[in-house]
Amino acid sequence: MNAEAKRNWIGLRTLTVKEVKRFYSVFGQTVTAPVVTALLYLLVFHQVMEGRVEVYPGVSFSQFLLPGLIMMSVIQNAFANSSSSLIQSKLLGNLVFILMAPLAAVDLFVAYIAASLIRAGAVGLVLYAATWPFVHLPVAQPLVLLGMFLLAGSTLAVIGLIAGIVAAKFDHLAAFQNFLILPASFLSGVFYSIHTLPPFWYSVSHLNPFFYMIDGFRHGFLGVGDVAVWQCFVWTGAFFLLASAVCLLMLTRGYKLRP
Amino acid sequence: MNTPPAALEIRGLQKQYGKLAALKGVDLEIRPGEFFGLLGPNGAGKSTLISIVAGLVRASAGTVAVLGHDTVRDYRAARRNIGVVPQELVFDPFFNVIDMLRLQAGYYGCGRESWPWIDQLIERLELGEKRHSMMRTLSGGQKRRVLIAQALVHKPPVLILDEPTAGVDVDLRRTLWEFTRELHAQGHTIVLTTHYLEEAEQLCQRVAILDQGAIRVVEPTRQLLNRHPFRFLRLKLNGAGLPDSLRPLVSAEPEGEVELKLDRVKHPVGEVLEALRIHGARIEDVHTREPTLQDIFVELTRKGAPR
Repeated sequence: MNAEAKRNWIGLRTLTVKEVKRFYSVFGQTVTAPVVTALLYLLVFHQVMEGRVEVYPGVSFSQFLLPGLIMMSVIQNAFANSSSSLIQSKLLGNLVFILMAPLAAVDLFVAYIAASLIRAGAVGLVLYAATWPFVHLPVAQPLVLLGMFLLAGSTLAVIGLIAGIVAAKFDHLAAFQNFLILPASFLSGVFYSIHTLPPFWYSVSHLNPFFYMIDGFRHGFLGVGDVAVWQCFVWTGAFFLLASAVCLLMLTRGYKLRP
Repeated sequence: MNTPPAALEIRGLQKQYGKLAALKGVDLEIRPGEFFGLLGPNGAGKSTLISIVAGLVRASAGTVAVLGHDTVRDYRAARRNIGVVPQELVFDPFFNVIDMLRLQAGYYGCGRESWPWIDQLIERLELGEKRHSMMRTLSGGQKRRVLIAQALVHKPPVLILDEPTAGVDVDLRRTLWEFTRELHAQGHTIVLTTHYLEEAEQLCQRVAILDQGAIRVVEPTRQLLNRHPFRFLRLKLNGAGLPDSLRPLVSAEPEGEVELKLDRVKHPVGEVLEALRIHGARIEDVHTREPTLQDIFVELTRKGAPR
């Protein structure tokens, strides 16, 4: 068997391009809208909290909040991209075009993650650029920032894939988003430091994987966080590996995709 | 000299959905270059069979190979050698026709070198004016043509068409027939499932009849038609009408006429006409017709038919 029979690089690239074109064709919905939502959060919280709280020494509340908001947008959009694309294709029936093609489970896995990262990255960059004139937020540790973006975005893209595979209708996906992703991202320390929480909730927060993603990302911008940066990478990495194992198993076995 | 591998080799194929056995051990071999018809009533298992070949459904047991490539172990090579036109009019609403076709070619590992071929397909399938139209704006017939083009973008040697002419108008049906004949003449192996038995009769060299998950018959179309031991006699009668002895032979009673299904050996036409004359029936009009695939299909798939 030659190398091309083993791999289908053009197929993998094409599927990624298709997924990017899909979200780009509804840019207003997929990029502009989440940026506007995050800006509204920033505006409201800046108005209410600025000058009243200093979470870390020398860091304004807006400087503390913005990395969390960017990461929350990354998390939510990475999830939304892979999950909504997959369920739309399933429900409209056009998933057959991909399933009949000589693409491996890992090709689907990589392509959906790559497209989700591009969308999440676009949302994050536009949000950062849009707030640049108002919130001075230099990058303290660029590699930590990039690493945490890639790891967290990939993790949520994989969870989105799992949700898209399992969901039989949009309602199921909405339930996943409203009862799992949204609460977990809101309660992950985007708007507060977990050190301000009562002991019980402080401990519970350590069980929330999104907390490590937000905190690690904050390390990238501010150079400080609630826990050590290595903990953020270890926990997020472990979560990524677990989600990936489940997702790849589902894709390889054709769970709910190839009955 | 080695025998070339079969275009499609299906061995012991079974599919179980809970307690329902959709396929009960199907064996089928389709030769390279054949124009093959897969027929069967609704629920016979045709779509399940095609879905397994296409990799959309997993078999419970058995194997499928496309030109010698196992569809599970060597799925990339198997899928590159096959193009499937699905029965449902599925499309991706985010894309226009040309993007859709180029993406589809890309999934199969074909780059820009496939674009001239895609342009040819667009022209041949009369989609030139719709090249940049969004998929959702196309009519049903146009979507069907895009589906056919999608199945051909990677130039597969084996093409499976699952009910390609269902719900299309007469003109388009004729265009599709011509096109599939052309593809066959160019050397493609064509596997066609259809509800229009006339279509299978005109196009297919060999047919298989699938019923309740099992193959009932696989034969050259002409041989199957010749082997059928019946012919039909249509009469317009006056006077005494049909004698009771011939009543069991009635297969249809179109307006003012009666059609008898006659066994070639047991009921020679001469004897039937003689019986009518003796009975006092006056024959106003008479003509015979040979059985069509439809008649054989009904005969083989009727309830209580010997299995």
